[in-house]
Amino acid sequence: MATIYSPQPQPTADRPEAEQGGSTEAGGDARVKAKRAVRERLALPAWLPWLGGRVLSGIATAVVISVLVFAATQALPSDPARVILGPDASEDSIHTLQRQLGLDQPIPLQYVRRAGRAALGEFGDSLDSSVPAGKIVADRFGNSAALMAVVLVLAVPLAFLGGVALAIRRDSRFDRWTMNAIILFKALPAFVLAIGLILLFSTTVFPILPAVSLLDPEISPLLQPIYLVLPALTLILIVAPFLLRLVRSAMIETLEAEYVAAARLRGIPEWRIIWTHAVPNALVPVIQGIALTSRLLLGGGLIVEVVFSYPGIGNALNSAIEMRDVPVIQAITLTMAVGVVGINLLADVATVLVTPKLRTSARPRLRAGTRAKLKLKAGGV
Amino acid sequence: MSVVPFVKALLHVRDLAVSLEDGTPIVEGINFTVAPGEIVGVVGESGSGKSSIATALLGDARAGAIVSGGSVLVDGRDILSLEDAGRRRLRGSVIAHVAQDPALALNPMRRIGSLLDEELRVHQPELGKAERQARIAEAAADVGLPTAAEFLRRFPHQLSGGQQQRVLLALAVLLKPGLIVLDEPTTALDVSTQARVLATIRNLCRTREIGAVYVSHDLAVVRELVDRVVVLYTGHIVESGSRDQIFGAPTHPYTRGLLDAVPDISGRHGVRAIAGHAPALDERGTGCAFAPRCDLRSASCNGQPALRDFGDRHAVACHHPVRGKREESPIAVRADSSAIDLPALAVIEHISASYGASPVLVDVDLTLPRGYCTALVGESGSGKTTFARALVGAVDDVDGAFFYDGRAIPLSGGRDRDLRRRIQYIFQNPFRALNPRQTVGQILRTAALHFFPLRSADADKEVAAVLERVALPPELAQRYPRDLSGGERQRVAIARALICKPELLICDEITSALDVSVQAAIIDLLRQLQKEVGLTILFVTHDLGVVRAVSDFVAVLRHGSIVEQGSVARVLDHPEHDYTRALVADSPRLRNTAA
Repeated sequence: MATIYSPQPQPTADRPEAEQGGSTEAGGDARVKAKRAVRERLALPAWLPWLGGRVLSGIATAVVISVLVFAATQALPSDPARVILGPDASEDSIHTLQRQLGLDQPIPLQYVRRAGRAALGEFGDSLDSSVPAGKIVADRFGNSAALMAVVLVLAVPLAFLGGVALAIRRDSRFDRWTMNAIILFKALPAFVLAIGLILLFSTTVFPILPAVSLLDPEISPLLQPIYLVLPALTLILIVAPFLLRLVRSAMIETLEAEYVAAARLRGIPEWRIIWTHAVPNALVPVIQGIALTSRLLLGGGLIVEVVFSYPGIGNALNSAIEMRDVPVIQAITLTMAVGVVGINLLADVATVLVTPKLRTSARPRLRAGTRAKLKLKAGGV
Repeated sequence: MSVVPFVKALLHVRDLAVSLEDGTPIVEGINFTVAPGEIVGVVGESGSGKSSIATALLGDARAGAIVSGGSVLVDGRDILSLEDAGRRRLRGSVIAHVAQDPALALNPMRRIGSLLDEELRVHQPELGKAERQARIAEAAADVGLPTAAEFLRRFPHQLSGGQQQRVLLALAVLLKPGLIVLDEPTTALDVSTQARVLATIRNLCRTREIGAVYVSHDLAVVRELVDRVVVLYTGHIVESGSRDQIFGAPTHPYTRGLLDAVPDISGRHGVRAIAGHAPALDERGTGCAFAPRCDLRSASCNGQPALRDFGDRHAVACHHPVRGKREESPIAVRADSSAIDLPALAVIEHISASYGASPVLVDVDLTLPRGYCTALVGESGSGKTTFARALVGAVDDVDGAFFYDGRAIPLSGGRDRDLRRRIQYIFQNPFRALNPRQTVGQILRTAALHFFPLRSADADKEVAAVLERVALPPELAQRYPRDLSGGERQRVAIARALICKPELLICDEITSALDVSVQAAIIDLLRQLQKEVGLTILFVTHDLGVVRAVSDFVAVLRHGSIVEQGSVARVLDHPEHDYTRALVADSPRLRNTAA
């Protein structure tokens, strides 16, 4: 724990008077103390201003990203008007359409107008299909989010229990073999894994699952679980080993902490030590690891979406880029960027909430580089 | 058997041995007893195996080690031969353990009340909630903690160091065990807090008839607290006896050497180092482990000496025991004049610094007389390190005036190379202050070549000369810091400062990470350098004993202000400020001689 956070000035001064003050306090008036206790419970939590600042900086990040996305699409060597009208259109009609689309106006003005509409969820119509880009993103994003949710709901508890179990049996034969198997899995490219699963479950061996995710766009993918199994399984096999190693190393570190040794020497039973002393302390790296995984799934599901023809956001982005479908590209990249910012924010808030020292501080500080360190610890993603 | 079994003994340790999993012994042949109400001190330097003994008494060993033999009888039951569940029931309820660093031994995720409650629930599940609360309040009151519910809802980081240590004590006495094992429980505390925690421990043991094993490297603390002493060296008992026997007529040459090495605040003697350092676990030979460092060694020392009874429960393991009272070398007479009469090398006026909104230094004035050592004393958080760092320009938010050699120097901002050369800084922890990827020679050459346009051969000569200056063999230049002992590393750090030919040496707690016997050698070295080279030294420390041994003048820093300053003899013998008086009174001492 101490390795992750920068040292904070202690709220209680580490001075002899503080101690004496504490001792004399014992004889003080009980009513005054009760009042103070009530006030302390009703008071706003100390970290609230921090949260406000964190949300504001998240919004600022999103704005910066939107500028970058807009600039990047501006730099694409293609003109939406020409794409829409095709190669045979006359120069006149192209100019007319450019004027209609507002493409003849100064670039900063274009940005402001588009950003204003994007904030309301309007990205304009897709150049390819004339469907509002916002709707395409919502549908596809919903599919991806459903897949992501299934993966996280299954992979996180699995990795957590597995990681704790391995940490307790550290260096046993079971631990060594599992770790070796995990490294083998990591060495396997995702598409090989996906194709292997298709061969195993959709073709000759056990022809029980569909190889292609032909989702009915009218119903939620969660109601069509048969199409989710293989993509979800592939992603679980990719992310669970990473999370498991993270949980294992975090648990090993806390099980070696002095407070765990001290609890043992107080005669606390081992299962209590594991679940009430060690696990809470291992949560922080795990929270950051889950955030890392979520960000990975947000964009990195692409391979799986391609192999299984899963109509997710990665696939949508891929085809939009091929079609130079600027509104859709902008909508997707912006949504994904906001998603990443949101995930980071959630992870940091969760970290502060589960760490008493940060929770009680007015200026919680997560040290930069925490995430890089986590990646390193789990052996890279 | 050398240790006479005590009839009423609460704790009976017989032939206890702890070893690494591969069989390398860590401690062997440990025998001692503890009676109700008796405090036994287990004394040793780092690596002597004292912490291994402390946990072995509860049937535990750190990862990679095992309790490999012997028996630990607690209340007649052998804790080592019990099943896991039986051993767990004894831990906490019959024999309790208090760890060294309370900041690490308390779970940062748990409120302190929940830790106390958990211990009661585990060991006495029959208790109701109200009864548990009453017991917790009782234990808190016993160790001098507030008993309010609001206090028990706090997290460890919301307590001061002294309060944290009291929480550990409360956890230890909660189930009213007959025995407590304390593993250096006050090393992380300031002297005044330490004095109060020690008083609490003494009081608990006396009134409750609790037997205690007090493990420590600090002889002065042990002398103030314990009834009997067991002295360890490289995993063996070298001497054991009553407090008066050990401190009045020590018989093993190591015990004598250790006592001579401790700087004492009452300061009627000088410190004397023990040559060399204790062998590491894999360097231990078959004979007397202390022989290589002993002046009295002879051929017979090639055999392991047995612990022999010298009468009156005083036992010594030595082929050449030293009889008679201990004589002390008188201390050299120091400067007695006031610092103001001496020519000053550095004058610091009205220094103020802050960390965020809280002030660290408030309007501090200090003069460093040329060629003398001035100590800056303060407890943790007093601002002493900030002050020292400000002098080398390593603090950003600092105001004030700094005159060096008659020249005004800006406190923050750039400094020219020559000035940086003339003021050198030595850090507290020699394990982290040396580049692990460079050899000692490279480390020293880099510093020399940075300041002087030397040819390669001349640089090598400088390196050899400076190594000799700090009493290290020249072949050490080829070694890496990891191959060196703590004392050797600190000498290299000093050599790195010396090779720059400085005028002012700033030493930030440079001995506090070292063992006493090694600390004495470093103090010797500094005194000698001061005499021969005429160095001016600012020595930052929290230890008044070290101040007495090393410095001529002293300034006492408290909450960022200097409360008292003057010559060492004046300030320590006749302190004027209440705070200095409390510091002097709270410092544990080796002798009774009144100041």
